Amino acid sequence: MSVLAPEGRQPEHQQASPSGSRVEPPSELAMWFSDGWTVTKRNLTKLKRSPDMLVFAILQPIMFVLLFSQIYGGSIEVEGSDYTQYLMAGIFAQTVIFGSTFSGSAMAQDLKDGIIDRFRTLPMSSSAVLIGRTNSDLVLNALSVIIMMGTGLLVGWRVNTSLSSALAGIGLLLLFSYAFSWVMALLGMSVKSPEVINNASFMILFPLTFISNAFVLSSTLPGPLEAFANWNPVSALVQAVRELFGNTGTVPVPDAWPMQNAVVTVMIGIVLMLVIFVPLCIRKFASISSR
Amino acid sequence: MHCGQLLTSTPRNRAGVALPFMHGNHRGRRSEEDLFVEERARPCSRRYESLRPQGTVKALLGPNGAGKTTVVKILTTLIQPTAGTAHIDGIDVLREPKAARRIIGVSGQYSAVDENLTGFENLEMVGRLYHLGARGSKRRAQELIEQFELTEAGNRPVKGFSGGMRRRIDLAGALVINPKILFLDEPTTGLDPRSRLSLWGIIKDLVRDGTTLLLTTQYLEEADQLSDDIAVIDGGKTIAEGTADQLKAQIGGHRAVVSLVHSSDAASAREILGRHGDGEPLVGDDGRSIEVAVSDGPRALQYILSDLGESGIELHDAGMRRPSLDDVFLTLTGRRAEDSDTKDASTQKEAAA
Repeated sequence: MSVLAPEGRQPEHQQASPSGSRVEPPSELAMWFSDGWTVTKRNLTKLKRSPDMLVFAILQPIMFVLLFSQIYGGSIEVEGSDYTQYLMAGIFAQTVIFGSTFSGSAMAQDLKDGIIDRFRTLPMSSSAVLIGRTNSDLVLNALSVIIMMGTGLLVGWRVNTSLSSALAGIGLLLLFSYAFSWVMALLGMSVKSPEVINNASFMILFPLTFISNAFVLSSTLPGPLEAFANWNPVSALVQAVRELFGNTGTVPVPDAWPMQNAVVTVMIGIVLMLVIFVPLCIRKFASISSR
Repeated sequence: MHCGQLLTSTPRNRAGVALPFMHGNHRGRRSEEDLFVEERARPCSRRYESLRPQGTVKALLGPNGAGKTTVVKILTTLIQPTAGTAHIDGIDVLREPKAARRIIGVSGQYSAVDENLTGFENLEMVGRLYHLGARGSKRRAQELIEQFELTEAGNRPVKGFSGGMRRRIDLAGALVINPKILFLDEPTTGLDPRSRLSLWGIIKDLVRDGTTLLLTTQYLEEADQLSDDIAVIDGGKTIAEGTADQLKAQIGGHRAVVSLVHSSDAASAREILGRHGDGEPLVGDDGRSIEVAVSDGPRALQYILSDLGESGIELHDAGMRRPSLDDVFLTLTGRRAEDSDTKDASTQKEAAA
């Protein structure tokens, strides 16, 4: 049995390519695109092959929309707006934020499985694995948003602004979740096991999404929590999306800068997360290895 | 803390790395200055590591925690030592990791295959990441599927396949380019005997076809079967080097082993074994089994049996066995290979405390 490429080995000038095709190392940019795409494709195939994950990703948003609108819809009253209209932006934001944690647990899992070791011994772009990871999780989150919006429309939620505003709202949600994926990816590369990410994200993200304006008016919260909610980035995202979808009704905007300038706040947040965490992730990636 | 223990620490807290020498001039010829080019550095010695393709196989043999994987990880650009340099084929691994990655193939201790992809998709992905292009990657993946007899796993997700099959796919992944240097880190650990033999066959074929291979293993037999040259490492240092035959000669070739019926005979039996063997006979923990290294093989056993018979000592069992890694260790370090595990564990605990 020969495991060599057909033309055999030429010890004097071995070429690092099979079947005689000459391979020039591609330019950095071309490599970045093609490697990023290769890894994205790999992640999406994984999604396709694990139906449980896909079902979870589809059912969870439906469940949240239905649970919150049908259960709390009857008992929670928001002065100035119908609760379903008010609620939906909160659920959108919460779901995409939780969706981004997948970037962390998946990085941790790949690290544990040794796949990262394989990638790191290949002459690929140093950010491709991270790009692929965050890209495919963006696809997953986009799917979630579409499903949630569809379910929302079924239970009476409506976009009350223009198409362009609605698209801007969707864009803001997805950009925020994309940037947050990088934060989670860094965490994923820093923990010992994927389970840590799941547990830790619940411990941190539940309070963060609940002590906000996602499900109730922040003014109904006790003093310190109200202040926290008004400065909570999740609140800014929810407020911005609410505004872009035209779901604010006549609810007064809290008197805090991030709430008064929600869209700008979210944009600043997105840029900050990317500027800080993309380089940190790439640096971290260059030194991680299983065990 | 001794230098020797540093390699066993995790990369996170490595403070200095001593690497075993791995440099050959031409086809196994080596000269004195190749050995440990050593400099003083804090707090440990630093050594230059270099590996050149020469169409041969070098095995790193040592127990768990000896530092084998660390060496492989440094040479394959996975981790960076805090001191020292490493070269493969004239490329500075630490300065030009990407250039190094273009000429190596790596198959680690744990099969780094994506369980959700098919065997074909795994190999194709690796090809794409080596930048062989869409068609080149597909063609190469197909070639490897056929050559490694992976047809069964070609079109089904790897998830459902055995450890042996995964190892084969992983190994095929390391050969997507014809690497100048192939690294195999404990390629058969955890495999059943049949899969192990089959993998040995594949590796032997590769070597016959001219691949330069760096192999790590815990098994003397494996190093013996596959490699031209063995470095025994312990605590991150090379403690012996040579061909399998040289090492075996160094530790006394075969062992003669007898098992007594009455432990009261141990003293006189021990004396008889000592008479015909090389070095001190060892009495086992049960007080009834005694062994000694012998140089002239079966003849020594014949003498031993005849002398034992004359002295009226009854035996349960008697025989010869080939030296094991344990024997190598015992001879070279004065302790058993598995002791080093417990020792490492305790040192790490101390370090953590």
